[in-house]
Amino acid sequence: MEKILVGLKRVVDYNVRVRVKSDGSGVETDGVKMSINPFDEIALEEALRIRERGEAAEVIVISMGSSDAQQQLRTGLAMGADRAILVETPEGIDPLSRARALLKIIERESPDLVLLGKQAIDDDNNQTGQMLAALWGRPQATFASKIGTAGDTATVTREVDAGLETIEIDLPAVITTDLRLNEPRYVKLPDIMKAKKKPLDTLSVEDLSIDPAPVLEETAYAPPEQRARGIMVDDVAGLVAALKDKGLI
Amino acid sequence: MAKVLLVAEHDGDTLNPSTAKCARCAADIESAEIHVAVFAEEPSAVAAQAAALDGVAKVLTVANAANARPLAAVMAPQLVELAADYDYVLGPSTTFGKDLMPRVAALLGVNQISDIMSVEGPLTFKRPIYAGNAIVTVTAPADSKLVATVRTASYSAVASGDSAPVESVDVEAEIPGHTRFVELQTGSSDRPDLQTAARVVSGGRALASSENFDIIYKLADTMGAGVGASRAAVDAGYVPNEMQVGQTGKIIAPDLYLAIGISGAIQHLTGIKDAGTIVAINKDEEAPIFEVADIGLVGDLFNVVPELTEALS
Repeated sequence: MEKILVGLKRVVDYNVRVRVKSDGSGVETDGVKMSINPFDEIALEEALRIRERGEAAEVIVISMGSSDAQQQLRTGLAMGADRAILVETPEGIDPLSRARALLKIIERESPDLVLLGKQAIDDDNNQTGQMLAALWGRPQATFASKIGTAGDTATVTREVDAGLETIEIDLPAVITTDLRLNEPRYVKLPDIMKAKKKPLDTLSVEDLSIDPAPVLEETAYAPPEQRARGIMVDDVAGLVAALKDKGLI
Repeated sequence: MAKVLLVAEHDGDTLNPSTAKCARCAADIESAEIHVAVFAEEPSAVAAQAAALDGVAKVLTVANAANARPLAAVMAPQLVELAADYDYVLGPSTTFGKDLMPRVAALLGVNQISDIMSVEGPLTFKRPIYAGNAIVTVTAPADSKLVATVRTASYSAVASGDSAPVESVDVEAEIPGHTRFVELQTGSSDRPDLQTAARVVSGGRALASSENFDIIYKLADTMGAGVGASRAAVDAGYVPNEMQVGQTGKIIAPDLYLAIGISGAIQHLTGIKDAGTIVAINKDEEAPIFEVADIGLVGDLFNVVPELTEALS
């Protein structure tokens, strides 16, 4: 295949314990470490491996958000992507608008495969890939844990509740990645230097004729209810007694 | 009246309990009339189970050989056609619903609300973000259809009783051939299903091998429990992926949950915080699992678990 398009979302790093602001107006993101969404990093790693097997010629990374997302795109270029596209959008653009913007990029670039993370770890929506596949009228293979390509088709093993489902899809298509697909590579210093010279184009949502205003209104944020700390028992007899006490055995 | 269409999840023979949980959520929508859509090759058995769910007013069946497997690309255009008559289209937030519903929403040109954990008003819902570290209240616009997935761990299943009418419908939707089912590998097990079991015993990295997991299975069988695992145990290859409990695995809400040799990473706790009673057994008294456990026992699992199995036999 010719081109693989990979989405990279800038999100709060997965190691950060996110807290709700005391006035309930949002979550605290000031001064917090930002990273590539981990599922997207897996998507990029897979695209690079497909290219390294000689089954694809070019890997393009794309991000949507503020100009700060250039950082994540540069990291993607350092991992090995060939070029990058940043679509500058206001904060809070919803998945349907993201999918519409991605479709416009697809019309320009004609990729054979679009690889996205199954969900972003900030809004946890798990929607963009499926929405893009719908708007594009192409197959989707979500929650991929194994991907094989052969000519115009891909065979994808998906992590589903019942076990592992394998489907065959015609390309072009959208595949979203799950955790066990691969382990992303580390970026080396010389690659970071090289990445600075790779092309990074910037577009605005207006260039793509997309209305970025969110449709769903988020009115309040609250911390989750906490479970209270319970009791400690000394031994199995104590545990059995405590379970009996609660009427559980 | 609010017309609600639920998409039935099933394996061809049996209705998945996720549908009865969605029905509980749908009933929280003011003056809801709930219909269930069953897409299958031969829908009658599943339709009868759906028709018996409390609160369900009607079941629509779409029989088609193409519906033998739940492929989102195949089902979505059919569901979009049925959705024309409804205000709400709901599916479970299981891998089935997560795969299908956003495709339906995009074809309808609307946004989706993922993982509803409570209904706050006709168009207002609560849902978790940041792996459950924050809960956001979301309001959808009044002038469009509402497509959503329901966080099944937030709802108990409705009971079954009188049967609602079942109606077979034809849909005109064009069914694509670009997506084909190849196979489904399931860990065949006689144990209760992890997602619906009243009791679940889970093992973590401390089990240290696939063979050692036997003590977890023995305890679970003694208790009639389902068996789960932490991501660390799955990643280490001790057990298959469908046993993973946590944010990226299954989110469950059993009456009793035993976490054995599981330290309690946030992503695991996200998957169990709706459990009735959490029991933690770990040799590290500082393990974060003890902060959420109702009953904690510090000890070597290789001694404690066989002893507990013996005590419960």
